[in-house]
Amino acid sequence: MPHISLSEELPGISSAFQFRPETAMPMRELAHILLHEPCSLSPGERELIATYVSSLNECYFCQTSHGAAAACHLGGGETVRQVHADFQQAPISEKLKRLLVIAGQVQRGGKSVTRSAVDAAREVGATDMEIHDTVLIAAAFCMYNRYVDGLATWQPHDEAMYTQMGAHLAREGYRTPSIRSPSEE
Amino acid sequence: MAFRPETAKPLNELAEILLHAPNSLTPGERELIATYVSSQNDCYFCQTVHGAIAAAHLEGDEELVRCVKADFGTADISEKLKALLAIAGKVQQGGKHVTAADVEAARQQGATDTEIHDTILIAAAFCMYNRYVDGLDTWQPKDEELYRQRGRKTAKEGYVTMSKEYLPQDSSA
Repeated sequence: MPHISLSEELPGISSAFQFRPETAMPMRELAHILLHEPCSLSPGERELIATYVSSLNECYFCQTSHGAAAACHLGGGETVRQVHADFQQAPISEKLKRLLVIAGQVQRGGKSVTRSAVDAAREVGATDMEIHDTVLIAAAFCMYNRYVDGLATWQPHDEAMYTQMGAHLAREGYRTPSIRSPSEE
Repeated sequence: MAFRPETAKPLNELAEILLHAPNSLTPGERELIATYVSSQNDCYFCQTVHGAIAAAHLEGDEELVRCVKADFGTADISEKLKALLAIAGKVQQGGKHVTAADVEAARQQGATDTEIHDTILIAAAFCMYNRYVDGLDTWQPKDEELYRQRGRKTAKEGYVTMSKEYLPQDSSA
């Protein structure tokens, strides 16, 4: 049961966004810019970073919904599963592997990011903007994950719901709700 | 922030709503939560700047800010704020650490759902800001007077106004 009175019809972060629309707006906007707007990293790559950090933080709702969005961008869930199991063995670029190393360091704490990890990403072509966005995506998911779990939001284990959410997120981004409560339909 | 103005905008707006906009928790109380979480995350820049903003809201009481960081249980603050700081400390460790008992204890001291929500989100947001600042290995000056001046100005003007010093201005505004 959620720690505060959140809508019983909305899962995960959607219920918290509905509870406090004032803070939902910049939080949605930040996710939209970081994950959806054009950038030299593809949306699929950025969703993989978000999914990976959420899985390190053991946030079921975020890793499943962003994993579904990544799968939608990448045309299937196999890469998402392989990144989750061991990203070093996954069929992704060397650059993304090195950015995921940085993201994992950010998840442990900002000071854990090493000069050598940043240099290693640069060696395979990562730009300052890509390194910046990787650090901020990882940091932002340390917020979103704590928000979702800290409120003890309702996180149903309903694969079809996440697939549908992922498709909406991949198509529309984050400015509008990806899921509506039945009463709004 | 100045490197990427697109993301700076929502980051500043979120801080403005959580810390500066009118709310049943005072700006000083909310800045103490931000300062405490930043000190738990060992982020020098954030704990110093938000500590200075908190002190500016609290009639310059830097000693109180130091007490809250060192051991909030013995600090001269309300029981409600102590219970909220306990929740914030749990969020810093990880969202799943927050227990129903922690929340119930805050409620017993009169905390509302919105105050509990905002405490959790302030703590979560500072787990982002702290990682952003330290993860990029940003330059963090050690001159306390500089933080004091900036703290007084931010306490008065808020985050969105302050950000205009380093962000390009929107021509449509």
